[in-house]
Amino acid sequence: TLAERTSLAGVRHILLVLSGKGGVGKSTISTELALALRNAGKRVGILDVDLCGPSIPRMLRVQDSAVHQCDSGWVPVFVGQDKAIALMSIGFLLERPDDAVVWRGPKKNALIKQFVTDVAWGDLDFLIVDTPPGTSDEHISTVEALRPYRLLGAVLVTTPQ
Amino acid sequence: AEAAELRARLRAVRHTVLVLSGKGGVGKSTFSALLAHGLAADETKQVALLDIDICGPSIPKIMGLEGEQVHQSGSGWSPVYVEENLGVMSVGFLLSSPDDAVIWRGPKKNGLIKQFLRDVDWGEVDYLIVDTPPGTSDEHLSIVQYLSATHIDGAVIVTTPQEVSLQDVRKEINFCRKVKLPIIGVVENMSGFVCPKCKNESQIFPPTTGGAEKMCQNLNVSLLGKVPLDPQIGKSCDRGQSFLAEAPESPATLSYRNIIQRIQEYCEQHHIQEEKIM
Repeated sequence: TLAERTSLAGVRHILLVLSGKGGVGKSTISTELALALRNAGKRVGILDVDLCGPSIPRMLRVQDSAVHQCDSGWVPVFVGQDKAIALMSIGFLLERPDDAVVWRGPKKNALIKQFVTDVAWGDLDFLIVDTPPGTSDEHISTVEALRPYRLLGAVLVTTPQ
Repeated sequence: AEAAELRARLRAVRHTVLVLSGKGGVGKSTFSALLAHGLAADETKQVALLDIDICGPSIPKIMGLEGEQVHQSGSGWSPVYVEENLGVMSVGFLLSSPDDAVIWRGPKKNGLIKQFLRDVDWGEVDYLIVDTPPGTSDEHLSIVQYLSATHIDGAVIVTTPQEVSLQDVRKEINFCRKVKLPIIGVVENMSGFVCPKCKNESQIFPPTTGGAEKMCQNLNVSLLGKVPLDPQIGKSCDRGQSFLAEAPESPATLSYRNIIQRIQEYCEQHHIQEEKIM
């Protein structure tokens, strides 16, 4: 049913990309990982939970896209050469790209829950979750929202210093 | 009553500068530390460096103060002093182990930031520099709110040249405008690399959309300066030493010093204008 096709019920593996530190290449790695998996014939999605600094849309050249609604929620933006990678980011919900998302924790938490339960992710082999730096609201909420599903694990990104 | 408490504590602070960026890893903490060192070189000035990055506090390591603890006295928490005229406060000093993760939601973070402002006995301070985490969230809203008890001279916004950084920095500029925080200017870090051997210049992070210069022109903010990449900067930070002192001849040091001077001039000018008004 359509209801079952939202949330992450049809996702086989969920991968978190984390770091404590900012600017080390989390979004870059998330993007490259998604493209490589897609290239290997997998069905892939990317969930960008960096609400203050969403980088994934620009990296996949869809910074000017908008999301559409379906009966049961949001339809992700499809990216990549064959438009087969599903992407959800707050970047698509902003009126203007330079609009600052100046939200306190509770509002961020609510949107992250929605990104997990109200997006028509469909059947995916891999969902890659890109996160902001830190160990705060976004991270706690993301792990809580993903608890019912198949969490493969986390990839941690760093630089040498 | 709380606002009055904050006002009383911060009454003896002459200038406050916030160091911001929308983006992580661009050199906010590095810049905050060097700004503090630079200003404290004048022994007649009292400088305070407050690190409100609760999840990823870099200031203790960069200032060579890892392992230090905060002491309590009758008049509040004592900052950790690097020099007689340079005091530092960070959540890093409150952790039992440097690898302890601080996994707090917004309200708890805000509570600690308020404590840092209310309970730390900074004494008379000429410059309070506040290092922030990346983003536009709880910490940023709270610091602006709490510091309205005193007066913020302005924000220095740090970026690197590439569009992926600039797109977050534009948001930060809009944040400043939204909360009516004056922008002193923008610093572009990692702006080119000159090889110490062959002296060739490379753009490690190419400014594909015109870099900070173009962004500043478009948004009508000041470009305070561009700082080139110098591997010694990272090394000095890791070792807790002042890069300005360790590499006085580096082009990066020259850039930093010029930028620090411009910030000082901005703050002093501000003060003169305010005194005129009063």
